[in-house]
Amino acid sequence: MSAVDLSAVGPTPDPDSAFFWEALAEDRILVPRCKRCERIFFPPMPSCPHCAGDELERIEVSGRGSVYSWVTVHVALDPIFRGQVPYTIVAVALEEEASARIFGRLLGEPDGLADGGQVRIVAHRIGGIVVPCVEYRND
Amino acid sequence: MSAEFSTPRPARADRPSFLGSTAIAGVGFTDFSKQSDRTIVDLATEAARKAIADSGLEPADVDGIVSYSLFNDSVACQAVATTLAIPELTYAVDMGMGGVSPALAVINAAMAVDSGLASNVLVFRAMNGRSGIRVGATRFEAPTAQYRYPIGYSAYPYYMAMLARRFMIETRASQEDLGAVAIEQRTHAARNERAIRSKPLTMDEYMDDRWVVEPFHVADCTSEVDGACAVIVTSLPGAARSENPPAIIEGAAWETGFGSGLDIADLHTWPDYATICQDFSAARLWKSAGMSPSDIDVAELYDCFTSPVLFALEGLGFAGKGESGAFIRQGETRLGGSLPVNTHGGLLNEGYLHGMNTLGEGVVQMHGKAGERQVEGASTCLVTSGAMGDGSALILRRGER
Repeated sequence: MSAVDLSAVGPTPDPDSAFFWEALAEDRILVPRCKRCERIFFPPMPSCPHCAGDELERIEVSGRGSVYSWVTVHVALDPIFRGQVPYTIVAVALEEEASARIFGRLLGEPDGLADGGQVRIVAHRIGGIVVPCVEYRND
Repeated sequence: MSAEFSTPRPARADRPSFLGSTAIAGVGFTDFSKQSDRTIVDLATEAARKAIADSGLEPADVDGIVSYSLFNDSVACQAVATTLAIPELTYAVDMGMGGVSPALAVINAAMAVDSGLASNVLVFRAMNGRSGIRVGATRFEAPTAQYRYPIGYSAYPYYMAMLARRFMIETRASQEDLGAVAIEQRTHAARNERAIRSKPLTMDEYMDDRWVVEPFHVADCTSEVDGACAVIVTSLPGAARSENPPAIIEGAAWETGFGSGLDIADLHTWPDYATICQDFSAARLWKSAGMSPSDIDVAELYDCFTSPVLFALEGLGFAGKGESGAFIRQGETRLGGSLPVNTHGGLLNEGYLHGMNTLGEGVVQMHGKAGERQVEGASTCLVTSGAMGDGSALILRRGER
């Protein structure tokens, strides 16, 4: 990854999401869970997208998950990323709740990606900002 | 608050009342280009003027306008009412939903006509989509922007590629299936003077083409353009003032499925990336028209990329799951095939006017004015708008003059 300063593209937490970004900066993956249906969901929002329950709690998840889909970017349509192509974005289904997905930048080459492949969401610093990234795992 | 509905929903009409009683009487296009050197209101006015004339009307006959934009890239309805010196508008809607809108805008106009709020409604899309605001490369504020931009997941082609990848996993669609869409539509484009890409494409050329975002090559992606397209929606008696046979609105549906996301680029909560709006609206669309896939003579399917054509062919029931690629390679979507698709070359080749030109081509086909790309004897046309969780669709039928 190049030494570009990415602070111009975020992250830009809002009152719903600030806790997620604060935890990520401490290497923890904190996500919302509905107290009524007890399902985890992502991204943070004011109520549960499964049942509309508005009593929410925050729980730490392992970051472990499986590959749902991915793309490899060759043309950076936003010039700020031009020095970084090619790179791969992975949609990861969380181990604790497969319908909760987090997108992350793949650390490593995409050759090993396959449907259902075992990966982990980790906090990683790119261009001066901490963002969700994805690494392969064998556990 | 309960997930279950405590009271039954009111019955939804199988056939909304505007169907069969409203029609598209005329259509107008500007030239499409990479740099118009014109204002958006100028483009909008030209397309509107042409659509009004094609309908046998005068600007003063227009009393309603519906338009749509994305990221504030157009002008408001009132601008065109002003440039055309329309004495009085009794209905106007500025929608901001981008490419999911064209069919929905026509639905909206038809409802206004059917209810008596307006008599002749202009629907237009105008933009300097190439030389001005380019949707493909514009950062925009949205609830989920914070999860996309910092990781470089920052543009429409990437989101659509994410859906395409999952579709390929689940249906076993191949890269060559995407290529077949690009190749067949390029062949159509050669018969369209408005197309900005018309050079024939071979499978070898397609497979060797430069990647934009895997699994999309350059040829899988639409090309942004400057231009405008407009239509006039009116009653059947109103359409009789045109020399065109009426393109009667026989079927219509809008749908956004469960968990379609917090904004127009949000795929987090979309349950199944291998299904899109057409999968969900299909049953209601067919029921609204009292038709089935075998009744359709030509289809104009929203194709900001190649993959939505595969999604739509399967979602609407023209091909079985995983069979749309073979359907295309067998020649079914060519002129003379069982279902010519995107006879103008599609957004892929004519340019990305956010689907209004897709709808416009459907109207041209129903009016029998598509020249050397006219589907002979075509009397029914299906048009889709949108390629993600949200979308709309129309079925048009050529009436008697």
